[in-house]
Amino acid sequence: MLGFKERTFHGGAHPPEAKKYTEKKPIEKMPAPEQVVIPLQQHIGAPTEPLVKVGDRVKIGDRLSEPKGFVSVPVHASVSGKVVKIAEMPHPLGKKVLSIIIQNDGEDAFSEAVRPDENYMDLSPEEMRKRIQMAGIAGMGGATFPTHVKLSPPAEKPIDTLIINGAECEPYLTADHRTMVEFSEEIVAGIKIIQKILGVKRTIIAIEKNKPDAIKKMRGVTRNDSSIDVIALKVKYPQGAEKQLIKAITNREVPTGGLPMDVGCLVQNVGTTRAIYEALARGKPLYERVTTVTGPGIKEPKNLIVRIGTLFKDVIAYCGGYREDVSKLIMGGPMMGLAQHTDDVPVIKGTSGLLLLTEKYVRVADPMPCIGCNRCVDTCPMHLVPTTLAEFADFKRYVEAEKWGIMDCIECGTCTFVCPAKRHLLQSIRFGKYEINLQKRKAS
Amino acid sequence: MDKLFRVSSSPHVLDRDNVSKIMIYVILALLPSLIGGTYFFGWRALWVTALTVLSCVVTEAVVQKMMNRPVTITDWSAVVTGILLAFNMPSNVPFYLPIVGGVFAIAIAKQAFGGLGFNPVNPALAARAFLLASWPIDMTVFKVAPRGGTLSGIDAITTATPLNVMKQSLDILKHQSNYAVEKVSQAQSAILQLKEAYGHLFWGNVGGCLGETSAFLILLGAALLMYKRIIDWRIPFSYLFTVAVLAWMFGGPSGLFSGDWIFHLLAGGVMLGAFFMATDMVTSPLTPSGRIYFGVGAGILTVIIRLWGGYPEGTSYSILLMNLTVPLLNRYTRPRIFGERRRK
Repeated sequence: MLGFKERTFHGGAHPPEAKKYTEKKPIEKMPAPEQVVIPLQQHIGAPTEPLVKVGDRVKIGDRLSEPKGFVSVPVHASVSGKVVKIAEMPHPLGKKVLSIIIQNDGEDAFSEAVRPDENYMDLSPEEMRKRIQMAGIAGMGGATFPTHVKLSPPAEKPIDTLIINGAECEPYLTADHRTMVEFSEEIVAGIKIIQKILGVKRTIIAIEKNKPDAIKKMRGVTRNDSSIDVIALKVKYPQGAEKQLIKAITNREVPTGGLPMDVGCLVQNVGTTRAIYEALARGKPLYERVTTVTGPGIKEPKNLIVRIGTLFKDVIAYCGGYREDVSKLIMGGPMMGLAQHTDDVPVIKGTSGLLLLTEKYVRVADPMPCIGCNRCVDTCPMHLVPTTLAEFADFKRYVEAEKWGIMDCIECGTCTFVCPAKRHLLQSIRFGKYEINLQKRKAS
Repeated sequence: MDKLFRVSSSPHVLDRDNVSKIMIYVILALLPSLIGGTYFFGWRALWVTALTVLSCVVTEAVVQKMMNRPVTITDWSAVVTGILLAFNMPSNVPFYLPIVGGVFAIAIAKQAFGGLGFNPVNPALAARAFLLASWPIDMTVFKVAPRGGTLSGIDAITTATPLNVMKQSLDILKHQSNYAVEKVSQAQSAILQLKEAYGHLFWGNVGGCLGETSAFLILLGAALLMYKRIIDWRIPFSYLFTVAVLAWMFGGPSGLFSGDWIFHLLAGGVMLGAFFMATDMVTSPLTPSGRIYFGVGAGILTVIIRLWGGYPEGTSYSILLMNLTVPLLNRYTRPRIFGERRRK
């Protein structure tokens, strides 16, 4: 078919793909909003300190904060204008976060720092990492782990395989898909940078088979590059989860509690890879990103380039607004995304999509007792026994829960998706993990 | 902020399958055997099934009402229990047995433990064991000869199942000195006839419980369940494989490795047990390797009961006993976690 035998992992499920809303829609640039709310923390790691104060004028690309420590990345102005407020504001991850609010002056003036560098490939790996950090790049697939940290593996754990994750196994989302179709050269240029930083030759771009145009495009632009292969993966959720992706491509298993570098692999999302290129070649910090606005609850689904800090409600208004029976607003996809109670939160670096679901999708039956159908066990990509883990968590039997691998859960939601008794398995498991982490923190 | 949205833990979409749908598929898969039973044993087979189903559903509703619990008869699980219970009875049982059996299955074996999902043993099998212990004659005398049943050796004793004939004949052959010569030669010819009667055993026109005689119709239903991924191959195949191997090794009249394993697979309740009883979701193990051990264990017990026990049939007791081991099997067969290093 596509020249490769089906590569995949054991387990998984097939939620309806629902990519039809946006998969054929070219990426559109959304005009900058009147006001942006830029949270000082949009990544996993140490928070950042503000560098500006109320009343300051800023231009696009100006750095707004100072990272504290190594595992931290700054944020940048996404519009030009005046800082009108620095305050704790609602954040899509739940808690309120100190944020910088900028009133747009409409001039779209760029910072002097944003300038192309033609000789970026001559930089040393250290300098490249420093620039990636200062450009504020964090994993754009949704996890938002600082990218320069990922690109700094210790010497005793050499990387031999770089995997560019274009699987996009979350239903509905098409941001990575469109990025691969429309910015394929930039992704390849980003790969070249990562290859240089890590000194790695073997690179694999992994794409699920339901994106034939992206596969064709990426094969086209890498045809003359023997270090890069494009692999078509079986369409199955969660194919794009880091550990499952590595297993499918290299047949290596990341050890429990370990990281991809333990098996010589490094996984980067396609959007992040492109952001690395833009940061080095164009001097452009991460102040905007591609995001998919989709679902049955939005009038005009779109793939958009949105400025970081744009409020969800502005994005939704730009897409024609809500349909009447909308009842759920999700940041991310339907399997792992975070439900929002309000649209008054900003787009952040990890906002891969906004999904609007209607009442019909949201209504669920009350959970029934587990009937032991085994579906969660047979589909768990981590080979756990979700129903037993959920039971341990519900009854606060945390010691047993840990023995049965609760901390290995990647929270992909497959168990809950397939459960015929409609049990809230992942919710219980998540609660158990949270409690265990809390106890550990208290103990130490 | 003018609109508040619903929030919940992810995932936000769920599969459309649910418990009722699974039960309805099980019922659909049982229909060929029910139709076959009605064809082989007459309308009475259908009435017996209707009685057990009615008894199960009414008992479920009444018991749940009495316990002030939501009535869950719409999950169809009581109907499944009813049909399976009927399949384990001769078609000529007196009318009160299906009723008593249904009440026992639901009230004692299921609701007393907390209802669907909490019962330790298969309710239909528990009820069958109860009936067999309380009305042993009614549960084991098969007065109705199947339509088209042409096993001549069995026609002489139309009340016996092929398994009965086999067990008695084997007994005679093993202790030849105790019997008259013609009795021995009769037994020999009966066994030979059984060997020639695979076709009847496969299609189902032999004596037996009303839903267990046709391997073909059971396999038809099982194929649907496998296709729909409601049951997986592990329990039925490990069970059937174990029964076949052990029956071949120990089941013959002339020493080891002379047993008629095809006969043992086709006769009695093995097929029904393998695909519809042992695979009961609630009472079988969760883990993949646990399911294999479960099938092997049930297979060993079945053969032990059939060959050396007092009953000609051992399927239902073997599954009941293995049901009780499920919590242990689950505990000791945790799958290897992704990325977990195997112990040395």
